[in-house]
Amino acid sequence: MNSPLLELKQISVSFEGFLALNDLNLVLNKGDLRAVIGPNGAGKTTFLDVITGKVIPTKGDVIFKEKSLLGQKEYRIARKGIGRKFQSPRIFENLSVKENLALSVSRPKTPFSLLINNLKVKQLDEIQHLMSIVNLQPKANIKAGALSHGQKQWLEIAMLVGQDPDLLLVDEPVAGLTDEETDLTADLLKSLSGDHTVLVIDHDMEFIRRLDCPVSVLHQGHLLTEGSMNDIQKDPLVIEIYLGQSEEAF
Amino acid sequence: MKIISTKKRWINLFIWIVIIALIIAAPIFLPVFRLNLLGRYLSLAIVALGVDLIWGFTGMLSLGQGIFFALGGYCSAMFLQLNSSQAFPHGIPEFFGLYGVEKLPFFWEPFRNSIFTLISIWLLPASIAGLLGYLVFRNRIKGVYFSILTQAALLVFFNFFNGQQKLINGTNGLKTDVTQLFGQMVGSEIMQRWFFWITATLVIFAWFFARWIVRDRFGDVLIGIRDDESRVRFTGYNPVVFKTIIFSIAGGLAGISGALYTVQSGIVSPQFMTVPFSIEMVIWVAVGGRGTLLGAILGAVFINYAKSLVSEALPASWMFIQGGLFILVVTALPEGVLGWVRRGGLKELLCLIGINKKLETYPSLEVNEQGEVKS
Repeated sequence: MNSPLLELKQISVSFEGFLALNDLNLVLNKGDLRAVIGPNGAGKTTFLDVITGKVIPTKGDVIFKEKSLLGQKEYRIARKGIGRKFQSPRIFENLSVKENLALSVSRPKTPFSLLINNLKVKQLDEIQHLMSIVNLQPKANIKAGALSHGQKQWLEIAMLVGQDPDLLLVDEPVAGLTDEETDLTADLLKSLSGDHTVLVIDHDMEFIRRLDCPVSVLHQGHLLTEGSMNDIQKDPLVIEIYLGQSEEAF
Repeated sequence: MKIISTKKRWINLFIWIVIIALIIAAPIFLPVFRLNLLGRYLSLAIVALGVDLIWGFTGMLSLGQGIFFALGGYCSAMFLQLNSSQAFPHGIPEFFGLYGVEKLPFFWEPFRNSIFTLISIWLLPASIAGLLGYLVFRNRIKGVYFSILTQAALLVFFNFFNGQQKLINGTNGLKTDVTQLFGQMVGSEIMQRWFFWITATLVIFAWFFARWIVRDRFGDVLIGIRDDESRVRFTGYNPVVFKTIIFSIAGGLAGISGALYTVQSGIVSPQFMTVPFSIEMVIWVAVGGRGTLLGAILGAVFINYAKSLVSEALPASWMFIQGGLFILVVTALPEGVLGWVRRGGLKELLCLIGINKKLETYPSLEVNEQGEVKS
C-alpha cells in the first residue's frame, strides 16, 4: 500500500480566538480527484492557505510526500509540487499568454538561470501544448489582462499544469463562467486527474456533480462528511447546514 | 522573439550612427559650459535607469536612491582628493587641517588605489543596497512602507554625512574640480570633454545592460512581482531574491551615476542626499515613461536641460513647472511621454486636431500592414 500523497493531520487554525479550521483531517492519494464543498466561512480557503504555506496552523501537521510542509516558504512548497489556483483569476496581466506560461514551465526557477538560459525546445513545445489544451493558441501574444474572465481562469489552470505539480489545488475555478465554460472546465479537471492529484473547491453543485468524484463537506472548520455526490445530497446533516444558508443550494 | 524586418534593421543602424556621431562631435558644437551640463544630465540618466528598473518594472518606489548616488560620488572624490594631496601637510587632503586631523581616517586608505576606487564606485552602493533590500524584502515590506523606509534611510545617511567634518568634511563636501588626474586638473576643459565621452558611452552600456536584464523571463518575473507578488511566489519563484538583485543593480547604477556627476559638477556633498533630489529622480522616470528604459534616459536629460534653461530665464519658476509637469503626467499620461507615444498617442492627437483621418470601424479592418489607413 502506497503512502498517501497529502495528509492533513488534526489541523487547527485560530485567528485571534476564532477557529477557522478545527481539528481537520484529510487524506489524498496519488491520482485522486476530490471536491471540497461547504457553506461560506466553512474554512475552505484557509484550508488551502495551510497547505500552500500562506497560513501556519496553530495545531496539527501537513504531510506531503511523507515530509512535513510546516514552516516552509510558499515558493519552496510550490517547487515541491503543489500548484494553486486562486479564487479570482490571478495571472500576470501585463505579460502575454505565452510569457505567463513561460514563467510557469521554466525550470530551475532561479534568477541566474532565467537570465542566462533560453527556453528549451521541449519547454516551448510544452507552452504550445498547454495553450492548445485551454484553446488559447490564437491569443498567444495578447496581454493576459485583455482576456475574458473565463480565458483568464483557464490560463491560470494552464499555468498550474505547466508547473507540473503532483497536487493541484483549484479554488472556485468556475466562479463567473458560463455554463458551457463550466462544463469544459469540469472535463479539463477530470482529464488532469490520474496524472495529477486534483483538489477542487467550489460551491457550484452542478459543476461538482459533473466532476463525478468523492466529495468532502467542510463545516465550521471541521470535516462533516465524505462520500459521493448522491450520498452527500441525502445526508440530513448536510441538508441542514445548507438549508441554513440558502434553499437554492441544492 | 520578435522578427525584425531588414528595413527596420537599417533604420536602427542609422539611428545608432547618428547617436555616436553626435556624441563624438558634441564638443565641437557645444561650448564647454553646455557640454559640461549635458554630461551631467547624461550621468543622471544612469541613476534614472536604475529607478526605472526597480520602480517601472518591479513596482518598488524607492525614494532613497540619493544614498547610492552620493556613495558613488564620495568614492570618486576621495580618490581624487588623495591623488592630489601630496603637497599638503601630512600628505592628506587640505580640509583635514581645518579640523586638526593629522592622520587619515582608516577607510580613506584603500582609495589611494585607482582600481579599488573604480570597483567600489559601483560595488559599495550595490552591496549596501543589496543588504538593505534583503532585510526589507525578507520581511515583506512593500508599497508605501517601502517608500517611507527608503526615505528614512536617506535622511539617516544625509544627517550622518552632514555631521562628519573630521571624516569627510561634513556639510562642505569634497571638491573635485581642483584635484589632479593624469597630471590634469579635473575641472579643466580637456578632462571635462573626456568625462563627457565616458559618460555618454556608459549611458549606452547601462541601457544595454538594463535591456538585457528585462529582455526575457527575468524581466517578466519583475513585472510579475509588480502585478501580483504572491502569484509569483506560488509559481515557485522567490521574490525576495529577485527584488534584492534588482535593487542592488539599481544601487550600483546610482553609484556610477553619482561618480560621473561628481567629477563633472566639481563637488560631492550631502546635498546629493536631500529628499527633493531623490524624488526628482522618480519624476524624471515618471515623465519619461515608466518601464520603458529609454523614457528614463530621455526624462532625465530633457527635464534637467529644461530646468537649467528655465532657471536661467525665470529663476523662480522652475519648481512650479516641474510640479505642473508631474501633475500633468500623473493625470493625463500615466505611462509617461514615451509610453504614451508607443501606445499610439501621437496618432490619436493628430486625429483629434483633424490632420489624420479617423477610423470608422476597427483598425484590423481599415489599417493595412504598414500601419496606413486604407482608402
